[in-house]
Amino acid sequence: MVLPTNLQHLATANDLTKTIQEHNHVMVCCGRMGPMCIPVYGIMEELQSEYKHVAFRDMAFDSPEAHIIRNLPECRGFMGIPFTVYYKDGKVVAATSSIQSRDQITSILDREFKG
Amino acid sequence: MENNHFHTIVIGAGPAGLTAGIYLSRAKMKTLVLDSGIAGGQLILTHEVANYPGIEKISGYALSENMRKQALKFGCEMLSGISIATIDFESTMKSLSLTNGKKFTADTIILATGGRSRTLNVANEDFFKGRGISYCATCDGDFFQDKEIAVVGGGNTALEEAVSLTKYASKVTLIHMLDHFQAFAHAQEEAMNNPKISFMMNSRITSFNGVDKLESVNIENLLTHEQTEMKLDGVFVFIGYEANTDFVQGKCIRLNDRKEIITDEKLQTNVPGVFAAGDAIDKKYRQITTAVSDGTIAALNAIEFINTRKSLQANHANSLIV
Ligand SMILES: Cc1cc2nc3c(=O)[nH]c(=O)nc-3n(C[C@H](O)[C@H](O)[C@H](O)COP(=O)(O)OP(=O)(O)OC[C@H]3O[C@@H](n4cnc5c(N)ncnc54)[C@H](O)[C@@H]3O)c2cc1C
Repeated sequence: MVLPTNLQHLATANDLTKTIQEHNHVMVCCGRMGPMCIPVYGIMEELQSEYKHVAFRDMAFDSPEAHIIRNLPECRGFMGIPFTVYYKDGKVVAATSSIQSRDQITSILDREFKG
Repeated sequence: MENNHFHTIVIGAGPAGLTAGIYLSRAKMKTLVLDSGIAGGQLILTHEVANYPGIEKISGYALSENMRKQALKFGCEMLSGISIATIDFESTMKSLSLTNGKKFTADTIILATGGRSRTLNVANEDFFKGRGISYCATCDGDFFQDKEIAVVGGGNTALEEAVSLTKYASKVTLIHMLDHFQAFAHAQEEAMNNPKISFMMNSRITSFNGVDKLESVNIENLLTHEQTEMKLDGVFVFIGYEANTDFVQGKCIRLNDRKEIITDEKLQTNVPGVFAAGDAIDKKYRQITTAVSDGTIAALNAIEFINTRKSLQANHANSLIV
């Protein structure tokens, strides 16, 4: 189960584990194809050329495999999609719930993944 | 984008701006469409569009992608994720600069910056967004299965979404500042006949409380000024829209008291050569069809403006030669 976006998809929990092992900086947006999520995928797509040191991925929220994101302690209390999680060196460094603006996303990328 | 002069710069790539881009570039006008977010505007916030003539059903995202591709196919240039630093509307040659240092000039400008959902402007609202506060019932409704929630607002959207949220929530309280709803009678009737919905009129939320997620809100009765705390799990906010005109406020463009751009029948603002279209202008009906209609009218009048000025300049040059 993958989302019809132009981003690279994570189909399984293993895909995510592998991605965060292979890349130091990873941003994953876990959502549906709805109004709060599509703008975030669009922003991520555009940021790919600017933030070449970050691996941008999406994951289908309704896939059973998405438990790896949905059950993160950092996502406790989240009640709005998408769940967006930022991993640095394999560890969660930031997580947001619901739609985010380009400025909100770049401020996290700049803060957590500088250099 | 070598030559930075354009016949028209369109600010905003929602349905109004993209339509203007299609008409202008198809007429061989060098056109630049700028957007602070991503192309599509409020269209991408729309799950399904069922009232766009000729298309029975389409997702808002797909419709906006079609419009964007159509504009690009005609040669329209587009930049998204931009932020405007300075703008000069009044000179004959309009100019603007972006915060990334890029500078552009144009004969005409079309303002198509649309609108956005109004937020409550209550402390902590941003923190609890996605942690109990939502602006989209179809997106987040299922997080509130068997939970107690509130819906804020008194228009059609608020009442219709309150009814739709009863599919999930065990109890929905409608909180509204006035003593009556502005929604159509049928929407009011449906909400009032729903046993899961109760009403709190003349009231407003004054604070959101909780640690990790929303746990309660404080509510002020606007008649008695009495404050009460209500325990709940979620708040959905549907209190209407406001125009995205912050960046022209305090400049020469005339706005009404709701900060919407005032235009004439050509959709020209009070400044010659500056047009406006779509939800950002002073008008009654805000729909995709009205936005694309405005985009068309503004684009055609911008073309006429450019051509008229060109022929006036040619006549003037000829008269000097004679
Ligand atoms: C949830 C929802 C559902 C809807 N459903 C329907 C429906 O079913 N049918 C229907 O007909 N209508 C519907 N509408 C209304 C419709 O989407 C709008 O009327 C229409 O999108 C307005 O188009 P616009 O181009 O004027 O503005 P917008 O769509 O608001 O686009 C404006 C664009 O300008 C950009 N912008 C804003 N400020 C700046 C700036 N300073 N610099 C650069 N760019 C800027 C924004 O990023 C945005 O992309 C719906 C609206 C919403 C929110």
